[in-house]
Amino acid sequence: MPNVTMTVNGKKMSGNVEPRTLLVQFLRETLGLTGTHVGCDTSQCGCCVVHVNGDGIKSCTILAVQCDGADVKTIEGVANGDELHPMQAAFREHHGLQCGYCTPGMVMSALDLVKHNKNPSEPQIREWLEGNLCRCTGYHNIVKAIKAGAEAMAKARP
Amino acid sequence: MYNFEYHKAKTIADASAMITQKSEAKLVAGGMTLIPTLKLRLAKPSDLVDLNGLPELKGIKREGSAVVIGAMTRHVEVAESAEVQKAIPALAHLASHIGDPAVRNRGTLGGSISNNDPVADYPAAVVALNATVITNKRKIAADAFFKGMFETALEPGEIVTAVSFPMPEKAAYMKFPNPASRYAIVGVFVAKHKDGVRVAVTGAGPCVFRQKDMEAALAKNFSADAIKSIAQKQDGLNGDIHASPEYRAHLVGVMARRAVAAAG
Repeated sequence: MPNVTMTVNGKKMSGNVEPRTLLVQFLRETLGLTGTHVGCDTSQCGCCVVHVNGDGIKSCTILAVQCDGADVKTIEGVANGDELHPMQAAFREHHGLQCGYCTPGMVMSALDLVKHNKNPSEPQIREWLEGNLCRCTGYHNIVKAIKAGAEAMAKARP
Repeated sequence: MYNFEYHKAKTIADASAMITQKSEAKLVAGGMTLIPTLKLRLAKPSDLVDLNGLPELKGIKREGSAVVIGAMTRHVEVAESAEVQKAIPALAHLASHIGDPAVRNRGTLGGSISNNDPVADYPAAVVALNATVITNKRKIAADAFFKGMFETALEPGEIVTAVSFPMPEKAAYMKFPNPASRYAIVGVFVAKHKDGVRVAVTGAGPCVFRQKDMEAALAKNFSADAIKSIAQKQDGLNGDIHASPEYRAHLVGVMARRAVAAAG
């Protein structure tokens, strides 16, 4: 089996994988990083969004071998120790979750949005969440949380 | 999914040789169609040859009056390219509405047109803009590239390396997206060139096609009114749970008129 090595949340991680192993399976089953969820497994729901080399991608739709040498960030790597990232804090503050299943993907997509657009409007946030489904349909507070999170990130920047 | 051997291509020649030598090898570009297809066990390739990691297939450059886009350029890069936004804004607009942001971060131009999904967006741009598809072996005119449902003029071992899009005088793309997948139920790309108008329709039929009645009318009078009375025939159009052939035929007219209006 091919051996893959990637930087996950700042740490070098290696493992042997079958070529057909998906990145999300490697993260969850080999590395035990179960914060990244699998909702639909058909590339539609966005629960499995992680960052690969800085871009938000669906980790159920990329092979682990394709990420050999890549820099991967999952929801586990977002907070600074015990201190929540401003985007995570905004989700808590605005109750941007109900069951919480979609939340890791929502947060990772939100951070990708802020990378492209530092001050997103409400319609822009809603459009961006095209690929993130919340089956509790709690979008209203998710959108509020992302808006507040983006503002908090802007303030935190020097 | 079924297991396969994985190879990361080091050169285009290397990739071409591998897909020719192995019996059931497939290329993977962005993987946004292929990986889901493999997961559903709808395909069983012996080998996957990965084109990611070939910088010569990436990039956007202006060459005279055309914009040349590398096959492995991702949708997000086309959507956000200042060069494309300036030269062919309709193309940047099209790229910005493919799938969702995570899909646009992976999906590629070359992958989209090589797969030639009947509901993909890019084939409409390639045909309406009268683009040239550049491969590792030759140059193929848009009208000769798309052959039928999931079928192209590509030969075994042939790999799309770039697409050259001539700049039109004006152009616009309008699509009626499937609300779940964002694939086009019907998408119409209208482009006014120095020597005529091209109207390409995706989503409606088994393969992208040109609406030549509309092209002729728009060449005389480039306005939405000029094509108001042109009805798209529903024979041969797609019918599924999302839309009947009759509805798709109707949408061709609506999207074409909106595209003409948007092109201005």
